Amino acid sequence: MTDPILQVRGLRLGFPSGKGHVQALRGVDLELRRGEVLGLVGESGCGKSTLARAVMQLARPYEGTVLLEGTDLGALGERQLRPLRRHLQMVFQDPYASLNPRMSIGDILAEPQLAHGLLRREEAGARCAELLDMVGLPAGAAHKYPHEFSGGQRQRVAIARALALGPSVLIADEPVSALDVSIQAQIINLLQELVARLNLSMIFIAHDLSVVKHISDRIAVMYLGRIVELGEASAVIETPRHPYTRALVASIPVPDPARQAPAPEVLSGDPPSPLAPPRGCAFHSRCPRALERCRTEMPELEAASDKGSCACFNP
Amino acid sequence: MPLLEVKDLSCSFHTRNGVHRAVNGVSFHLDRGEILGLVGESGSGKSVTCHSLLGLIPRPPGRIDSGTALFDGTDLLSLPQAGLRSIRGRRISMIFQDPMTSLNPYLRVSEQLIEPLLIHTSLTRRSALEKAAAMLRSVGIQDADTRMNRYPHEFSGGMRQRVMIAMALITGPELLIADEPTTALDVTVQAQIVELLRRLQRETGMAVLYITHDLGVVAGLCHRVQVMYAGRIVESAPVSSLYASARHPYTRALLRSIPSTHRKGERLQTIAGMPPDLRTAAPGCAFAPRCRHAVAGCLQGPSPLLRPHAENHSHACLRDDLTDDQLSRND
Ligand SMILES: Nc1ncnc2c1ncn2[C@@H]1O[C@H](COP(=O)(O)OP(=O)(O)OP(=O)(O)O)[C@@H](O)[C@H]1O
Ligand SMILES: Nc1ncnc2c1ncn2[C@@H]1O[C@H](COP(=O)(O)OP(=O)(O)OP(=O)(O)O)[C@@H](O)[C@H]1O
Ligand code: SF4
Ligand SMILES: [Mg+2]
Ligand SMILES: [Mg+2]
Repeated sequence: MTDPILQVRGLRLGFPSGKGHVQALRGVDLELRRGEVLGLVGESGCGKSTLARAVMQLARPYEGTVLLEGTDLGALGERQLRPLRRHLQMVFQDPYASLNPRMSIGDILAEPQLAHGLLRREEAGARCAELLDMVGLPAGAAHKYPHEFSGGQRQRVAIARALALGPSVLIADEPVSALDVSIQAQIINLLQELVARLNLSMIFIAHDLSVVKHISDRIAVMYLGRIVELGEASAVIETPRHPYTRALVASIPVPDPARQAPAPEVLSGDPPSPLAPPRGCAFHSRCPRALERCRTEMPELEAASDKGSCACFNP
Repeated sequence: MPLLEVKDLSCSFHTRNGVHRAVNGVSFHLDRGEILGLVGESGSGKSVTCHSLLGLIPRPPGRIDSGTALFDGTDLLSLPQAGLRSIRGRRISMIFQDPMTSLNPYLRVSEQLIEPLLIHTSLTRRSALEKAAAMLRSVGIQDADTRMNRYPHEFSGGMRQRVMIAMALITGPELLIADEPTTALDVTVQAQIVELLRRLQRETGMAVLYITHDLGVVAGLCHRVQVMYAGRIVESAPVSSLYASARHPYTRALLRSIPSTHRKGERLQTIAGMPPDLRTAAPGCAFAPRCRHAVAGCLQGPSPLLRPHAENHSHACLRDDLTDDQLSRND
C-alpha cells in the first residue's frame, strides 16, 4: 500500500522564552509510509523531539495538521484521542528517566494495557512474559525494578512498553544515543526485527548518521525547524544534495584509518538561534554555496522525484 | 625517554556496596608529540585512569593502590598536591566532557582564560588578555576581543568546548588530556573540534591522550590506540594495525558492532552478555564469559598480561593461535 499511514502538514510550533519566542518547527511537511522506517536527523535543537511530541499530540502546534490513517488528530478532543493513542507509541532517549523507578517491570508493562481496557488482570502475567520475550528479556524480569537493569536492558523494557498496546506507528527518539556501541547494536537489531515482524512503521530519530543510514528506508534531514532534504537513505548519504546534508555527511567519522579524507570539509560557525531564525534560507550563514537570493528568500522543499527532494536554491 | 610513562596503575573505590576495582594494573607510555587514543565502553576505567594521573580522584572513596606515572621523570602519583598543581594547568592540561563543569558560570570568559597565565607565568594582565584573545582566535572564535568579555552561558555548546580548549592550551602544555571532549556535541561541531585539535597539535607539538568511545574519531585523529576492558588495557597498537588486524577478541567485537562496517540493513554483530562486576575478581580473562574464542584456560589463573605481538602491537589474549580468519569470522 502506498498511502501514508501518517501525514504531517505545515506544522508550526513555538515556545515562549525569556526574551522572545523559540520557533521550534517552522513549517514541517512529512509523510510516513506504511511499513517504512523513516530516519530523522539534524543538529541538536533543530526540532526533532518537538516534531515527535507534536505527532504524539503531546505538544499542540499552532498551525498545521497531523493525520493518522487520514484522521486529523489535532481536531479531536482528549476523549476521542484516547483510543487512537494506542496506535501511536514512543520510545525515548533516556531509558533511566522514562521508566518509573517505583514500579516493577511487570506493572510498567501491564499498566497501559489495563488503562486501555485491553487486558484483564489475570491475563497480565502471560502477556508480560510474551512482551519480555519479544524484546529478548527473561520472563523473570517482570518482578524486578528498573534500577536492577543495565541501560540496554532498560531500553528493551521501554520498547516492550511501547509495543504493549500493539501500535502501528512507533516513534523512537534517539533510542540508542545513550548506549555503548555494542549495546547499541543489540537495540538496533531488535528494532529492525520488530518492525519487520509486527509490520510497524517507524520514525527513528538519531544524530548518528551511520546508525540512521543502517536502519532507515528513507531519511529526512532537519535544519532549524524545517526539513531541508528527504530521500532514499542510501541516496541521501551517498549523494547528498543539500549543502547542509553534505556537511553532515562529511562530518561522519570514518572508522578506518585507510579511508580518511585528506582535508575534511568542516562546517564553520554555529547554527543560528531559533529565537531569531535568519531571513531567507536558515543555512545561508554557514553555507559555502550561498547565493544573494538565499539571504532573502526561503527555499521550499521541492516536489518529490526519484532523486528525493531538497530545499535549496543552489544544490 | 617517553614524555609519560605509567606503570602498573591500580585504583579502587571503596563504597558501601563493596570495593570497585576500577583500574587494574594499567601500564602505557606516551611520546612527545604523539596522539594516543584510549577507547572502551562505559565504565571500563578510562576517566579514572586519567583522573588519577592528575590527582583528581575523590579520596575517599577512591584510592590509588599501586603504580607510578613518570611525567618527564617526575612521578605524578607521589607528588604532593602543591607540586601537582604547578604541573597541572601549566605542563599538563585537561579538557573534560562537559564544559560547564569546568567553566565558572559567574566569571567572564576572559578572566578564566588569563587565570592560569597569571598564576603560572610572569605576564602582565594586559599581555595575558592579548594572549587570551589570540588563543580564542586560533580556536576559531571570531570577534574574540568582544566575545571574551561574555559569560559562559552566552556561548553555544560548541563554542564553550572551544573556550575550554583555548583555556587548556593557553599555557602551551606539553601534554593535553582530553576526556571525551566531543561526545556531547553534534557531528558537525565534533568534526570542527577534532580538526582544530589536529591542527593545534601539529603546530605546537604537544602530546595528546584522547579518550573516547568513538572508534571513528580515533581512526582519523590518533597515532596509536589502547583499548580498555574492565579496568585493564587489552590491546595497544598503531591505529592502522588496530583497524586492519586487531588481535584481541574484544577489540574485534567492538569494531564489528559499528553499523558502518556492515552492509545496510544487515544484522549488526553484537557482544553477548555484559561487562563484569568490578567488585568481584573472577580468575582469568575478564572478557572470557562473553568471548566466543574462550577455552578452559581463559577462565583460570591470573588475568592475561599485555604481551607484544608485532612491532608496537600488543594484546592481552591468551589465544595466540587464533588466525586472522578465525578472529574475523562473523557469528
Ligand atoms: N519546553 C520547551 N520550552 C522552551 N523551548 C523549548 C522547549 N522544548 C524545546 N525547546 C526549544 O525548541 C528547539 C527545538 O528543540 P528540540 O528538543 O525539538 O530539538 P532536538 O532536535 O530534539 O534536539 P536534540 O538533538 O538536542 O534532542 C530548541 O531550540 C529548544 O531549546
Ligand atoms: N566516585 C566513584 N565512586 C565509586 N565508583 C566509581 C567512582 N568513580 C568511578 N567509579 C567506578 O569506576 C569504574 C570506571 O569508571 P570510569 O569513569 O573510569 O569509566 P569510563 O571508562 O570513563 O566510562 P564512561 O565512558 O562512561 O565515561 C566504573 O565502573 C565506576 O563504577
Ligand atoms: S583470553 Fe580467552 S577469553 Fe580472553 S579474549 Fe582471549 S580468547 Fe577470549
Ligand atoms: Mg531531541
Ligand atoms: Mg569517562
